[in-house]
Amino acid sequence: MTKFVQILIAAIIQGIPLLYGATGEIITEKSGNLNLGIPGIMYVGGISGVIGGYIYEFKSVHPSNEVIHTILILLIPLICSLLGSLTMALIYSFLTITLRANQNVTGLALTTFGVGLGNFFGGSLLSMFGETGSIALTTTGKVYRTTLPFAHSLGPVGELFFSYGFLAYLAIIIAVAAGFILNRTRIGLNLKAVGESPATADAAGINVTRYKYVATCLGGMIAGLGGLYWVMDYTDGAWTNNGFGDRGWLAIAIVIFAIWRPYLAIPSAFLFGGLYILSVFIPGLTPAMKEVINMLPYVVTIIVLVTVSARKKRENLPPASLGLSYFREER
Amino acid sequence: MEHTIKSKKEPLIHITKRDAMPLWKAILIRVIAVVIALAVSALLVMVLTKKNPGQVFTAMFNGSFQTPRKILNMLQDVAMLLCISLAVTPAFKMKFWNIGAEGQVLMGALASATLMYKLGNTGIPNGVLIPLMFIGSILMGMIWAIIPAIFKAVWNTNETLFTLMMNYVAMQIIQICIATWATSGSGVMGVINSMNEAGWLPQIFGTKYLLNIIFVALLTVFVFIYLKFSKHGYEIAVVGESENTARYIGINVKKVILRTMALSGALCGFAGFLLVSGASHTITKELAGGMGFTAIMVSWLAKFNPAIMVGTSFLLVFLDKGASSIAMECRLSESIGEIITGIIIFFIIGCEFFIRYKINFRSSNKEVAK
Repeated sequence: MTKFVQILIAAIIQGIPLLYGATGEIITEKSGNLNLGIPGIMYVGGISGVIGGYIYEFKSVHPSNEVIHTILILLIPLICSLLGSLTMALIYSFLTITLRANQNVTGLALTTFGVGLGNFFGGSLLSMFGETGSIALTTTGKVYRTTLPFAHSLGPVGELFFSYGFLAYLAIIIAVAAGFILNRTRIGLNLKAVGESPATADAAGINVTRYKYVATCLGGMIAGLGGLYWVMDYTDGAWTNNGFGDRGWLAIAIVIFAIWRPYLAIPSAFLFGGLYILSVFIPGLTPAMKEVINMLPYVVTIIVLVTVSARKKRENLPPASLGLSYFREER
Repeated sequence: MEHTIKSKKEPLIHITKRDAMPLWKAILIRVIAVVIALAVSALLVMVLTKKNPGQVFTAMFNGSFQTPRKILNMLQDVAMLLCISLAVTPAFKMKFWNIGAEGQVLMGALASATLMYKLGNTGIPNGVLIPLMFIGSILMGMIWAIIPAIFKAVWNTNETLFTLMMNYVAMQIIQICIATWATSGSGVMGVINSMNEAGWLPQIFGTKYLLNIIFVALLTVFVFIYLKFSKHGYEIAVVGESENTARYIGINVKKVILRTMALSGALCGFAGFLLVSGASHTITKELAGGMGFTAIMVSWLAKFNPAIMVGTSFLLVFLDKGASSIAMECRLSESIGEIITGIIIFFIIGCEFFIRYKINFRSSNKEVAK
């Protein structure tokens, strides 16, 4: 029983960064923008938070008031992370929406750029300040990992539901809010119209450019928080180059697996998170079997993608204009 | 009344599509973009390393040209990037967004490595083994590319997402094979057949990689002719421009998609063969090292022209190596190469806008109205 709970907790912890990435990408894709730069944005979200946190934790004078200190140690990395991923999303938006560049090429370039930025500053931040060693923001990490005080006194149930840092709950809140806005509000309806047929939306008086910009930037900022969660909470404030791995692409896989629905993205992210670490919990696995398990998320995603396209149910298909840039005079 | 509405509604900037731009002008815009991008990158490197421009340039140049060995390594990297770029070009020109080159290269490489590993100690002569590896790689690359193409043709399955996922399936298959073969549990394959060099491409004139470079040079000519002068190349261009037009003039679009993706995959498989047989003699999931993605950008920047691709892949490899060598000197991370690659690509794809569209300001419109 406790082992089962342990697996569930591990799956949720692994799933949170994926959920951020997937929610961000769903919002972006609903506007018709296929942002393949999400993996890069997640790296930048992580490293921007690290840079902000490092400068505050080691290079600044701290206020004497303990409460203000805690608030700052929490807010500075958070704001830095949001600004970093916003900048990345703006580069993508400007190139693809205003300059109408090809989305696939721009996205891939953004990922190259973002992963490069993350690894560059991750590997050089300390030597820039004339220090050696590796980045470890233990104090910041500790604040991000703070759980509710009663989390560990309620047995397995408390562990399962209350033992995470605040970013984990924020991920779920954002996903639920995104689902609500997409399904229940006028803004969501307009956004979906932009993604399905920008020309029709334009004719109906919807500002296509504004919707695309806002959706892509918001999506990027949400995805960036996934990087922040990973470095501050999961790895306790320690940055390792390429440590985030290919989780960004897994997040894009979840978007497909959840057939572009934020509500479904929540269990999907936990499922994929579970598959990501399942091999650790099964005793006696051969190394080859472990790799087979690691392959499962991608295979399952392909199966979902094919099934959805074969069944051709309108509401399950990707947004119709996904990947295409919109130019009003080209009809 | 009408006048006020009109003046209120008329936007400051108005964008229209250009018909065609004189070639020299289009080239000039691109050159300006590259120069600005290089200036921005140089500035970035100078700020980060606190060196003057002369030192930066010397260090960058040394990264690729300091010793004959470095030149050869650079040429090998250019050749491999160019090879994969050539491979993705036919499909991209057809507007089939195949971002699965990484996986197709890896599957080709895996086929070569498997044959090397399994047949290396059977005493089979290289004259038989190498052609077998060549065929195996091409077939595997082709299979990996044609699976998404079939689903695209039958059910219109989104090829970008499908090919993307196929990359990671390919990487995991390699991991499974390595885990099975590397019995020590190290998870590393090591150099295959290091004793008898079975399945290794021979070194001509005693120079490593030379055969790879010659193969890729020949391939460049082949792809150039194929795209520019063959009937297939024409069909690819028409499908890429407008599927409806293609259908209207009697081109079987599905057939062209399948055939072109098979070719793309086969060429990717060939790149995998060169990587294993001609260079690394081993297999890892990082063997292609992201080149499958970089190749897409190389091909796009060159406007699908194989001749220009030689230049773009050279530029990217040179900058990457140069930036890494500066970073090493200053004890900074080598990843600065990726940052510069990103900046260059942002500028070049951004400048396309000024080639394809014209910006009209409001005042100039009014003069026309008068």
